[in-house]
Amino acid sequence: MKTGFSVFLACFVALGASWYGFVYGPLKQLGVEQQTVILQSTDNWPQQRTGEATLGLQVYRQYGCAACHTEQVRQTGAANELDVLTLGTHNAEDFKGFMKSLLVVPELMTSSNDIVANLDKWNGQLPLVLYYGQNADAVSALAEKLKPVGVKTDARVVAVGPDIARGWGTRQSVAADYLYDQPVQLGSLRAGPDLTTIGVREPDVNWQLLHLYAPNCVVPNSTMPPFHNLFEVRKKVNGQVSPDALPLPKGFALGDDMEVVPTTEARQLVAYLLTLKNNAPLYEAPFTPVTAAK
Amino acid sequence: MNQTGNNTVCSSEIDASCRVPLLALFGGAALWLVLGILLGLAAAMSFHKPDLFANCACLSFGHAQAAANDLVLYGFIIPAALGVILWIFARLSQAPLALPIVPVAAANIWHLGVLVGTVSILLGHSTGHTWLEYPRIAAVLLFAAFMLVAVSAVATMGFRSNREMYPSHWFLFAGLLWFVWTYSSANLFLLSGQPPRGVVQAIIAWWFSNNMIFVWLALVGVGIAFYLLPKFANKPLANTGYAIFGFLTLIFFGTWCGIPHGAPVPAWLPTTSAFAAMLTILPIIALAIVAGKTVCGSGFSLCAGPFCFVKFGTMSFVVSALLYVAEFCPHGARVLDFTWFSVGVTQWQLFGFAGMILTGAIYEILPRMMDKALPLPLLAKLNFVTFVLGTTIYVIPLLIGGYEQGLKLQDPSVAFADASGAALMFLRASTLGQALLLLGSLCLLLNVFVMTLQWKRGLLSCALSAVKAPLSGGEVKP
Repeated sequence: MKTGFSVFLACFVALGASWYGFVYGPLKQLGVEQQTVILQSTDNWPQQRTGEATLGLQVYRQYGCAACHTEQVRQTGAANELDVLTLGTHNAEDFKGFMKSLLVVPELMTSSNDIVANLDKWNGQLPLVLYYGQNADAVSALAEKLKPVGVKTDARVVAVGPDIARGWGTRQSVAADYLYDQPVQLGSLRAGPDLTTIGVREPDVNWQLLHLYAPNCVVPNSTMPPFHNLFEVRKKVNGQVSPDALPLPKGFALGDDMEVVPTTEARQLVAYLLTLKNNAPLYEAPFTPVTAAK
Repeated sequence: MNQTGNNTVCSSEIDASCRVPLLALFGGAALWLVLGILLGLAAAMSFHKPDLFANCACLSFGHAQAAANDLVLYGFIIPAALGVILWIFARLSQAPLALPIVPVAAANIWHLGVLVGTVSILLGHSTGHTWLEYPRIAAVLLFAAFMLVAVSAVATMGFRSNREMYPSHWFLFAGLLWFVWTYSSANLFLLSGQPPRGVVQAIIAWWFSNNMIFVWLALVGVGIAFYLLPKFANKPLANTGYAIFGFLTLIFFGTWCGIPHGAPVPAWLPTTSAFAAMLTILPIIALAIVAGKTVCGSGFSLCAGPFCFVKFGTMSFVVSALLYVAEFCPHGARVLDFTWFSVGVTQWQLFGFAGMILTGAIYEILPRMMDKALPLPLLAKLNFVTFVLGTTIYVIPLLIGGYEQGLKLQDPSVAFADASGAALMFLRASTLGQALLLLGSLCLLLNVFVMTLQWKRGLLSCALSAVKAPLSGGEVKP
């Protein structure tokens, strides 16, 4: 470190290496990514957004929504699940007794406590989650034993993690999900909930619009600020309500002759939010979708 | 450290050569700091009264928070750091500042860039990438201005009489190179006509954020501290070997942190970051030992002068850097990610570490380069007290609230509203800290502005007296 050149050289090598690793490397590995095929399907993932939703991403960026919301779901692992879809000729009580008699089978011995607990808290509604855990042998043994007695089951692989348990997604987010996002808005703070699957959780356009205009009217005690700029408050024309006007609940409605109409920006933003539904199983993030089982 | 009593004439000449460029850099920086903290307060108000800015989108959290963070980093920290770097390089070279007009022009271009960038964010033209929110035109202005200052700084460094580089030289010279490379690279990729596809954008933004908020701040902050601490303590920098070790490990390991654990990217990226983060503990400890041994024995004083600023800043560096590293270890990340904890760590790095050291350095340099005492010394002391209290009250609740929020987010049986509600009380308490920081930043602004006004008035009266002075040279013959 005696001369300027040696300091320059050290810095050049250090920063150059990290640039090569974290800028050039990902560019080569991920910069050429293409659409991928959804597992057990011929559909491609992700789909290009419509024009309105693409513009909606720009409204999302413009309002800095990513300051409070993330668009990335994390997963800590995966588990096997066995759902009972129909009981065949059994009734619920019969089935509980029958199941408990099966648990002496060696493959099921280690998981018997979980299965008994699941049976005990079961209220008779189907589908019943008979087993949920890491033991893949228990799932196949159960399915094998139940098949001959006419009980229809579904063995599934499910993602595990606090985000998944909150219902924010069915699998972790992966690089492929953001192929068509420009700019990518991953977010780094959850002052509000994750939005990766908001299009599945709240698919109603009116709910979304009401939530933007007055968050408290659909989510009591919400800390989200209202975005009145995205709406036009105007006088009703000849006392008639416009078909676009927001159906504001009591306590939030303005005067009798006033109405609240979403602007184009609000519609674009909602169109974008409704496209957020990372629910397709991929090679790098597999799971068994519920729809495929039925 | 060889500029002491015997060459005071030279030192005052060097200080005078820095006067105009440094006033241009510090004046704007102090103003941006006040505005940045004000905008930060506006952003925080969203969590006191969510509908406060319902009709004013430009002050909503999404706009104001980004603008506030960028104002503190690009408005205050970088120009202030550039000013201090110019002065330290001139002092270490024992030579007046080279090309002094260049940094004056650069300071004005820089401040114009910050103005354009801030207005753009508030009007909704943010790029959407964290720490790179300024649009292309502002980024070009900032880069051009930085290059101009860097040219003057490197030229001044080249005039040094003693060819051997002092530890501050390594850190500060590296800081110049770091910004030029990372800022240009990130902006060229992200703001070009054809940005890279998908998540690569986020990876480049993380790489930049880490290199800016962690490595750059550490290089510049520690570089300045290694120059000022020995001067204040009146003894040479301790353990230069540790300093070399700290410098090299910081630039080789620290620069690989930044990719959050569990990010939706190939697993090798966050794994590399986690590994590098663990190794980064080494430079933090090494640099802490150097600073500690240098200061040790200098006595504990509560004079609230520049020494106190730099000491507090150095302590903040050690603690905030360790907390930053903890965010990348997988166990820590699971709880701390996406919470107010990371916000708290970043704000600690900005205000508690870089902000403190730079403010201390400004108070040290200002009287020397203007050749007169601070106009409002009491306000400078008040500045220290408010900054220490402000940073603590601002950051500690964010850290505790963030940790609490993280624990609750990990437990799916706790409703999301309860998890974010857990942090809300802490968040509201932290606003008091921001108010104190605002008060402190006003003290700095007043000191810089009053000093500038006094200097300008002096210049004016000097010019007037020159104009009014009777012509000498004998009688005018008809």
